[in-house]
Amino acid sequence: MKLFKYIIIGFIFGFGMWKLEAVSTFRIIEMFHFQSFHMYGIIITGVIMGLIITQLFKKGKIKTSKGEVHQFADKSHEWKRYIFGGIIFGMGWALTGVCSGMMFVLVGSGYTIFIAFIGAAMLGTFAYGYFRKSLPH
Amino acid sequence: MNETVLKAQEFISQPWPWWMGGIVIGFTLYLLFKFNKEFGLSANLRIMCAADGAGHYSDFFDFDWGKQGWNLMVALGAMFGGYIAANYFGGDGLAHVSEATINTLNQISGENSLTTENVHVVPGRDLVLGVGIPEFWNLYSWKSLFTLRGLIIILGGGFLVGFGARYAGGCTSGHAISGIANLQLPSLVAVIGFFIGGLIMTWLFLPYILRIAI
Repeated sequence: MKLFKYIIIGFIFGFGMWKLEAVSTFRIIEMFHFQSFHMYGIIITGVIMGLIITQLFKKGKIKTSKGEVHQFADKSHEWKRYIFGGIIFGMGWALTGVCSGMMFVLVGSGYTIFIAFIGAAMLGTFAYGYFRKSLPH
Repeated sequence: MNETVLKAQEFISQPWPWWMGGIVIGFTLYLLFKFNKEFGLSANLRIMCAADGAGHYSDFFDFDWGKQGWNLMVALGAMFGGYIAANYFGGDGLAHVSEATINTLNQISGENSLTTENVHVVPGRDLVLGVGIPEFWNLYSWKSLFTLRGLIIILGGGFLVGFGARYAGGCTSGHAISGIANLQLPSLVAVIGFFIGGLIMTWLFLPYILRIAI
């Protein structure tokens, strides 16, 4: 079961995100009103831990399970896409109060309506792929 | 033994402090990097499109998606995680938002229906405890999808998230967490975009969309 370990990784993430209330629309509304440190705390501590772990892997202090140095890809410098795409994503994030990781956690916790949300998100992804060449990047 | 298990369950069921975010996210990143993978959940939407044959319509979906199966497993695991957390470790099932937020929410709805006792994690019926929520906030249900308000919030939000995540080349996990952690300036720009879009939606549009009565 080569893929089983990824279910465990997803489990840890999904379990944590539910318990941290990061799946909560009310927490997202609170965040965009700057009324609590909670969500910022999650993101900031996540980034700090991420920084440390990324550096350790980059410098080869921690090797991958195959004993190799993990290669990190640099993001391309197409600035328009990050601004326009970012704003569109942010509007969707605030509209439903749910981002693309949380939609899976919510379906799992029994809110099957998020199957419709995932369907709409797939349609959005498809629309991007279809019209990609005519969009500024 | 049984008592220890119950105590552990009770302990985990408490609301978690924000700094647990660092532990959960750090652990997730560590394990993914260890297996030579990246953290990015919205990529699954592209994989699912490709698996449904979207490659016939756009070369953006014409890639060997079978090799990305591991990411779908992460998403599947996240579903299990949500199920177990909500059903066995949900505690009081509330989102412990601040008083200021409860006031804001009540201002939006125009009724003083929310208190510290009934702001569920999810704006919908609490499926585990079987407790309802004031009708104004009952957004996450199939019934709500058949109203204009629910249609905009569920399908409109989903479409924007899917479209924007691919346009920006990543979402909260790919840019805000792993991109910034890898000191990528593009990711910082994308996250600034997330917040511009989020603030515009939250302050200019969301109160009016929530008040749509049909």
